[in-house]
Amino acid sequence: MNNFFEILRGGINTTFQDVGRNNLHHIGIPSSGAMDNRNFQLSNSILGNKLNNPVIEFAYQGPLIKFHGDKINFVITGEVIFKIVRGKNEIIGNCYESYTIEEGDKIDIISTNKSVYGYLAISGEFDLKFQWGSCSVNTKANIGSNNGKKIISGQNINILNILPNEMKKKLNFVNTKIEKIRVIKGTNYNYFSEKGIKSFFNDDFFVSKLSDRMGMRLEGPKIENIAETNIRSEGLVKGVIQVPADGNPIIMLSDHGTIGGYPKIGVVISADIDKLVQLSPGSKIKFQEIELEDAETLFKLYELETQNLISQI
Amino acid sequence: MIKNISNLGDAALYCDFGNSINRELNSNVIRYFNDLKNKKIDGVTNITPSYNKLIISFDLKKTNFKDLKRIVENIDLSGTLSSSSKKIEIPACCQKSFALDIERLEEKLSIDRKKIYQNFFNKEYFCYMTGFIAGMPFLGDLDKNMRSKRLETPRVKVPKGSIGLTEQFANIYTFESPGGWNIIGKTPLEIFDSSNNEKPNLINPGDIVVFKEISIDEYNEFK
Repeated sequence: MNNFFEILRGGINTTFQDVGRNNLHHIGIPSSGAMDNRNFQLSNSILGNKLNNPVIEFAYQGPLIKFHGDKINFVITGEVIFKIVRGKNEIIGNCYESYTIEEGDKIDIISTNKSVYGYLAISGEFDLKFQWGSCSVNTKANIGSNNGKKIISGQNINILNILPNEMKKKLNFVNTKIEKIRVIKGTNYNYFSEKGIKSFFNDDFFVSKLSDRMGMRLEGPKIENIAETNIRSEGLVKGVIQVPADGNPIIMLSDHGTIGGYPKIGVVISADIDKLVQLSPGSKIKFQEIELEDAETLFKLYELETQNLISQI
Repeated sequence: MIKNISNLGDAALYCDFGNSINRELNSNVIRYFNDLKNKKIDGVTNITPSYNKLIISFDLKKTNFKDLKRIVENIDLSGTLSSSSKKIEIPACCQKSFALDIERLEEKLSIDRKKIYQNFFNKEYFCYMTGFIAGMPFLGDLDKNMRSKRLETPRVKVPKGSIGLTEQFANIYTFESPGGWNIIGKTPLEIFDSSNNEKPNLINPGDIVVFKEISIDEYNEFK
């Protein structure tokens, strides 16, 4: 039997993602990959999939999907409000809980509530063409599966190798919000005035509406530059906070360009990225400076926490 | 050689080769890049060379700043030659409809177009880096009198294949993209091939590039 998802509504920014692609920055190809890596991994582990199985990532309003085929399990992770519709019956679904659906059932992903990204994993494989070893879609450069484009209404997604129906799986997990984002000093830290540095670490910043998978733009006090507002273009990494001439910081995220020419005031620590990306426009952010060794310890703890969650499933 | 290695966040090395932009310094960056790439060090996720910096990012689950820094510091390049460079000829058509900014450039440089093209075609370029958009080569160095600033208002769409000039560099738009370089012509050649998994880039850091003028008929035949 042919199994597929019929997309009745694409949603706002619905794409295929996995962990992304490495070792291509030198030719100008961004890493991409799931924005919230923990919730991506949890979606696959709840279904017993390989951790790097392609999933559907959505932002704000998600897709409305009709399943055609025999039976399939799915799970949604994040902070997502969704319904499962069977004929005239509908139930409100819980995140981190697997469900079995049958021919004609619908998954209606209404919103990511007060967060940004959510994940839909299935007990099977989407029929996808990989590019450089990854399905991850970068809609700006049109790289990845689905011709590098968003999933849109009217399209069908074929599903292969559906695993036999398993027992219901459930994980007790609540996403915690953060306001304080910890950063390590950037390589152009001394380009900014004392006043600029002070306001960077003491004042409130707000997530701008112009944020996307490439970067998070912030609004707040302008960070004063006393050296140069441009540097010679050089490589970037996820988490780098660039401050262009207008004084408003931009944090590099999964689809960020591979090189950039704005001074770097700081870099968000690896342990805080998953939670950072979930801050919706208007959310308040405060930056806190920490040392490299502390950042490494915090990442170890964060990883341990993720592993503990996975082992509870 | 590397002057200083610092950390860029908790998951990347920032290797600083200096502040100037010249071939010798950039060749060193590229030698390190090639050597590190060939070593396939466990945990390294990206190595990104630019004019005078090399960023090495890594998976913090597999390695850390201190360990990786030690590896990079102990690299011995004395026996390595930066011999991987190729010489590549790029056909370029400079007819009016492709040379979007030639008039503007004549004004900016106070040189007439004949001289601009003479100078442009009469040169070997060195690829310092590729990036910004996939496969875009940064080719230097233009003569001092050929150096201009970017457009004040960048174009929303620069056509694929466009050849642009700014400051000491020429570049080629590998696909349609926003951009602010002064466009003087267009190549029919595919500079970036996303269906080629192994070698999507025609031009790589360290390569030598020359441009060869072609007519519009030759351009159309090429397609």
